[in-house]
Amino acid sequence: MNRLSRRQWLQLGGLTAATAASGAAAQAAAAVAASQGLLTRPVPSSGEALPVLGLGSWITFNVGQDKAALANCTAVLRAFYQAGGRLVDSSPMYGSSQPAIGHALSQLGKPAALFSAEKVWTSGNGMAQMAESRALWGVPRFDLMQVHNLLAWQTHLPALFDMKAAGRLRYVGITTSHGRRHAELEEIMRSQPLDFVQLTYNAADRAVEQRLLPLAQARGIAVIVNRPFQGGSLLDRLQSAPLPGWAADLGCQHWAQVALKLVISHPAVTCAIPATSQVAHLQQNMAAGRGPWPDTALRQRMAQDLQRLL
Amino acid sequence: MTEWWTYRPSDFLMFSPRIYWRLFEDINLAAWPLGLAAVVLGLALLAWCWRQPRSERPARLTPVLLAVAWGYVAWAFLWQRFAPIQWAATAFALAFAVQAAGLLASARAPLGGATHPLRRCAGLALAAWALVLHPLLAWAQGRPWQQAELFSLAPDPTALATLAWLLIRSTRQEDTRGWHGALWLMPLAWCVVSGATLFTMGSMQGAVPLTGAGLAVAAVAADYWGRRMRKRCSGPISK
Repeated sequence: MNRLSRRQWLQLGGLTAATAASGAAAQAAAAVAASQGLLTRPVPSSGEALPVLGLGSWITFNVGQDKAALANCTAVLRAFYQAGGRLVDSSPMYGSSQPAIGHALSQLGKPAALFSAEKVWTSGNGMAQMAESRALWGVPRFDLMQVHNLLAWQTHLPALFDMKAAGRLRYVGITTSHGRRHAELEEIMRSQPLDFVQLTYNAADRAVEQRLLPLAQARGIAVIVNRPFQGGSLLDRLQSAPLPGWAADLGCQHWAQVALKLVISHPAVTCAIPATSQVAHLQQNMAAGRGPWPDTALRQRMAQDLQRLL
Repeated sequence: MTEWWTYRPSDFLMFSPRIYWRLFEDINLAAWPLGLAAVVLGLALLAWCWRQPRSERPARLTPVLLAVAWGYVAWAFLWQRFAPIQWAATAFALAFAVQAAGLLASARAPLGGATHPLRRCAGLALAAWALVLHPLLAWAQGRPWQQAELFSLAPDPTALATLAWLLIRSTRQEDTRGWHGALWLMPLAWCVVSGATLFTMGSMQGAVPLTGAGLAVAAVAADYWGRRMRKRCSGPISK
C-alpha cells in the first residue's frame, strides 16, 4: 500500500473545508485517487469523478464514547483517505456513528477529499435532523443527502431539491437496503430527478441487476451499493472455500476483494460502501478498487462461481 | 415499518460485540469500587435472609438496595453509555427508573407469611448466581476480567438479583396482585431482551438471562399449583 506523499497531503490539507465542494477540490481528490490507482466513475448528473469504493459506517463507527474505539475510527478514516477514498456514508439511524465520523474528520484536519453522504431519517422535522447531522459531522453542508429507506420521501424529496437549488446541498438521493421495496423505488427513480440511489447489491442479492441498475443507467442516476458483503455473512460463507483461479488474474487475494470487484465492475455502479473497523480490512477493500477488471464473460463466470459457493 | 417479516434480529443489532462488552469495562472503571461494595452488601443481605428468614430488617433493606441498583443502572449504564450506541436504550433507562421507584415503594409493604421452600431455594440460588457467578462469565468466555458484569452496574445481574428477591420475599397474598405483581414485569422483560440481544451478537451467554427468567417463572408456577393442589386435597374451606 502506497502512503500519501507530503505533497499529496499538502494538496489535500491545503484545501479548506469551505471549498471542499468546489470543482478544484473534487479535481484534486480525483487526482489523488488516480495516483493510488483507484478506479473512479463519473456522477452522471455532474460528471464529477468518484472513487468506486467509499466507506460505510453502519455498526463499525457506532462506538459511543469509547476513546480507544474512536481513535480506531480515526485510523480507519485516515487509511481510507491515504488509499484515495472520498465518499463516507452515514445516517442518524446509526447510533453514534455521526459523532464518531465528526471526531475522526476533526482529528484528520477536515480532509478536502471528503464527499459527505448523509441521510434524513424521520417522519417529522427533516430540516432539524439535517442541521443536527451537519453539526455532528462538523461540516457546513453535505455533498449528498439521501432519504433513508424511503421514509416520508414525499415530504423530504421536494425539500432536498429546494436545498440543492439554493446551493445548500450538491446532490439528492434515496436509499433502500436488504432488497426491500424495489417496486416503490423504481417508481421514484422514474418520476424524480434523483442524482443518486443507494441499494443493496452483492453476490447473493442480485435482484437489482434485473430492473434497477439498468434503469439507473438509462436515467443517469449514480448508484451507491450498500451491504456488498451482505453484512459480513457472505464472507463467513465463503471463507472456507479456496479462491478460484481467476481471482489471481484480477489481483484478488481475499474473498472480500472478489465480492467487491464483482459489484463495482457492474457498469451501472458508481461506488460501493463496505464498512469495516479494521485498517487492514480497509486496505484490502481499497485494493479491490484497482485493476485489472473483468470483461463481461469473466464477470458472468464470477457471479456463477460465487452463486455455486453460497 | 413495511415488510417487517423480512427483517431478522441481526438487522436491529447496530453495535459490535466488542463495543458492547467494553461498556462494562468503562462503567467498572468509572464506578470503582461502587460495584464491589454493592455486591458485598448484597451478599450480606442474602446471608441475613438465609439465617433469619422471618427477620424484618433484611426484608426492608433489600428492596432499597435493589432500587438504588436499578436507578444507577438506568442512569450510568443505560442512559449514559448504552443509549449512544442503541437508541432503544433510552426507553429502557426510563423503565429501569420506574422499576427503581416501584422497588423503593415496596420496601414499606406489609410482610406476609413464610415463603414456600421451593421459591426460597430457587431465589437464593438465583441471587448467588447474580452476585457471585455472573461476574465470572466475562473471564469464562475469554474476555478481560475488567469487563465483568457486576450487580448494581450491569443490567443482567441486577435483573436476576431482583427476580431472586421477588421469589424470596415474604408477601401477603393480597399484595401479590396489582403493582407488587408488576415488579416482576421489568426484570422478566429485560431478561428476554438481553437474551435475544446476546444471541444475536453470537454470544451463548444469552442463555443465562433467559434461564434465570425461566427458573423464576417455573418456581412461581410450581408454588402456585402446589398451593392449589393442597387446597383441593384439604377440601372446601368453610368461612
